[in-house]
Amino acid sequence: MANEIIVGIGGAAGDGGASTGDNLAQTSARQGLHVYVYTSYQSLIRGGHSWIRLRISDTKVTNIGDQVSAMIALNQDSMDRHLQEMKAGAICIYNGDKVKPGKAPEGVQLCPLPVFELAGKDALPIMQNTVALGALVGLLGYDFQALSSVFEHTFKKKPQVVEANVTAAKAGFDFAVKTYKKHGTVLKKTDAKLAMVHGNNILAMGAANAGCKVYCAYPMSPATGILHWMASHGKDLGICVRQVEDEIGVANMAIGAGQMGVRSMCATSGGGFALMTEAIGMAGIMETPVVMINVMRGGPSTGLPTKQEQGDLNQAIGASQGDFPRIIIAPTSIADCYTVMEESFNLAEKYQCPVLVLSDLLMSEGHCTLEASFLDREFKIDRGELILEDDGDKNYYRYKDTPSGISPRVIPGVPNHLYVSATDEHDEDGVTISDVYTDPITRKKMVDKRARKMEGVVKDYTPLKLEGDASSNTVVVTYGSTWGAASEAVERLNKEGVKVAHLSFKYLVPFQEKEAIALLKGKKVIVVEMNKAGQFARHLRAEAGITADANVRKYDGEPFEPKHIVEGIKEVLKGKNLVEVQSLEPGWRTPHPPGPGVLSTGSTH
Amino acid sequence: MTTATLQPRDAKLYKPEVPPDWCPGCGDYGVLTVLQRAVGELGILNENLMVVSGIGCSSNLPGFFKSYGMHSLHGRSLPVATGCKMANHEMTVIACGGDGDGYGIGQGHFIHSMRRNVNMTYIVMDNEIYGLTTGQTSPTSEPGMKTKSTPFGNPEGQLNPMALALAAGCGFVARGFSGDINHLKSLYTQAIQYPGFALIDVFSPCVTFNKQNTFGWFKERVYKLEDKGHDPSNWTAAMERAKEWGAQIPIGVLYKNPNPRPSIDAEDPALQGAGLATIKKLGLTSEQRKKLIAEYL
Repeated sequence: MANEIIVGIGGAAGDGGASTGDNLAQTSARQGLHVYVYTSYQSLIRGGHSWIRLRISDTKVTNIGDQVSAMIALNQDSMDRHLQEMKAGAICIYNGDKVKPGKAPEGVQLCPLPVFELAGKDALPIMQNTVALGALVGLLGYDFQALSSVFEHTFKKKPQVVEANVTAAKAGFDFAVKTYKKHGTVLKKTDAKLAMVHGNNILAMGAANAGCKVYCAYPMSPATGILHWMASHGKDLGICVRQVEDEIGVANMAIGAGQMGVRSMCATSGGGFALMTEAIGMAGIMETPVVMINVMRGGPSTGLPTKQEQGDLNQAIGASQGDFPRIIIAPTSIADCYTVMEESFNLAEKYQCPVLVLSDLLMSEGHCTLEASFLDREFKIDRGELILEDDGDKNYYRYKDTPSGISPRVIPGVPNHLYVSATDEHDEDGVTISDVYTDPITRKKMVDKRARKMEGVVKDYTPLKLEGDASSNTVVVTYGSTWGAASEAVERLNKEGVKVAHLSFKYLVPFQEKEAIALLKGKKVIVVEMNKAGQFARHLRAEAGITADANVRKYDGEPFEPKHIVEGIKEVLKGKNLVEVQSLEPGWRTPHPPGPGVLSTGSTH
Repeated sequence: MTTATLQPRDAKLYKPEVPPDWCPGCGDYGVLTVLQRAVGELGILNENLMVVSGIGCSSNLPGFFKSYGMHSLHGRSLPVATGCKMANHEMTVIACGGDGDGYGIGQGHFIHSMRRNVNMTYIVMDNEIYGLTTGQTSPTSEPGMKTKSTPFGNPEGQLNPMALALAAGCGFVARGFSGDINHLKSLYTQAIQYPGFALIDVFSPCVTFNKQNTFGWFKERVYKLEDKGHDPSNWTAAMERAKEWGAQIPIGVLYKNPNPRPSIDAEDPALQGAGLATIKKLGLTSEQRKKLIAEYL
């Protein structure tokens, strides 16, 4: 049985909660403990409320978990929101000089810290975070040295900052250990060598490891982390990084680079992706390899910029006019983001088409521990049928009609192979046929040639595999990041004796239709996904002819926790065919002030 | 690429088997022919040229030009061409298109490409009309002009691409006329050799849909800046000339920055060696991976 604890750190944006969380995560990782972090925050630079949840365990964790059992309240608001969520055994750490706890639920240990006394009267306000972190680490039974080494690493260029933090943390640590009872869960060190990574960093590093040489972007949450990583590492790694005026320019620039023969990538979220769509069709008809990431957030339109949703599947499938081959992949975890980059660049070059990667806020902005050895792996590079030097062929046709539909690709610059790629329909030599009276034979040939390329793709995928109780007649079906919470939910149900299996899809277009039918036909299918309309359920029906018997959906902005899926499946097994779950804890609720046009009685405007 | 040491080549080498299919008498024929002569004069090999266009009559040009090329999307020639240059900065990149393509739907990219200062040449075949869609008003159409979309006269103002380019920080701003091809050739060669973003707006009359700004109309009005003692290194003087429209319209180099700032591709740390597209060993080295992983430990 895994030992684990979920820590919540609450504060306003600008309070330093994020770095407190980072330091705790790093401290835990250095002890060989596995961590999964998700931050719920507002689209605000200062103020508001930010709630960082860290799930820390001595075995691997795949999701944010259910129940917070330790919290640091950096302000009164955080205390008021979250204290009532705590269950017996939980600890609640706060600055006793500033924050009033109210009545704690039974069995919850309140741990006020005399910050003023512990940090010294001249300390910066931010030092309350360090004192609290020291106290938490003490109550979790960590070695103090694990925390101090993180300060030494983070502030290595500023020894006086290291000293101030270590002193404040030690004061909190010693006070808490002396004054309060340790947390009931003891987390033992493991020997695992773990790296603490953000999903966006892993997408970016994965792209670099796959040989990406040109990266273009326009800032958009929650994809901006990829741009930041590329901007800070591009110089060392020889990656050309451009911030472009809009996502139309971004997509076109990435495709221009891809056409020249570099591995190029761009990333955005749903709104930016909408602007990229015309260019995706260009990559389709010009047969240009390019990797485009859409980090999904709550939609439509501006929607929920800082919240989770899996609502852009329809957009990705329908992006750009006409029929053309594309590949759509949704990584299933932060670790998978790394592998997906290796696969995406290979597929893009092998099949000479756009590869659309559907990440989401949960993965991209979430962070977790990964084995360092997992990251230190040379990627397989398969550039497909690529010609980098003059091979003496005097009759080169860029769009030659071949049995596989794949035409050997010459990179511009190679002598004696000149061609012009057009967004107009063209013949095998690239000459447009749009200006001729009509040419149904060439048109059909070229459409067929491009479409034929997709026949090979499914063979390059990792085959589908049932998880959980594979013999079960009930199968929970997910796509993308929902794998994490769903796999744990299925594991729990199996332990309770509920027979249920789990099938997770990652490759969305082209679809593993035959395998899906073989694994799902005749079973009770429950699709679990994060959107209102059931976009994946519809996709499964369209591609494999399998209609979900029931659906569990969430679209309230906060990610699935395993308990939501457990409860949802139980409801389904009792006979419901649609369960729309919601995060209901008090901390998720925000009282809103009346806005313009909302009359509040007695007020004057 | 070292243009300085290259031998001049025959313009015919840049003529493909596919002949242009523009309307007889279209100004774009002149633009194409002169471009073939100019790159020949500079001795640029066909395989080292990347010609990128948008969509429109004039954007068909890459199909009639023997080099590598991309006939991209409406209004997007500049970001596509920028991507090409980033991917292989050793190639000569020429972007082209019409006034609707560059100054209408592509306006955002136009301004930012000049600000970004990519080392490339941008040729706009400016006919003051949308031709391929059979004659609607364009951003450079004169106020009051009757077109199919403005049957009672164009109610909107006219964009001044020259003044806009100067304001956006473009280091080489020129205007040519496809009715004067020898003059135009010199603008092309100067633009291609300029070490930064170079704009040439070419009056390229539409003989089918623009009955107002005809060859004759331009012939009566254009004058050469070099004949009037214009100093192309003087930005303020260039701005004054850029405002001229009506009885007298200047052609020639309005502005050529005497101290060009380095182009973005010349400065980009990733573009200091061979073209990125020619690098054969891809992916991170073990050492690079270990260094990156160390950031997360």
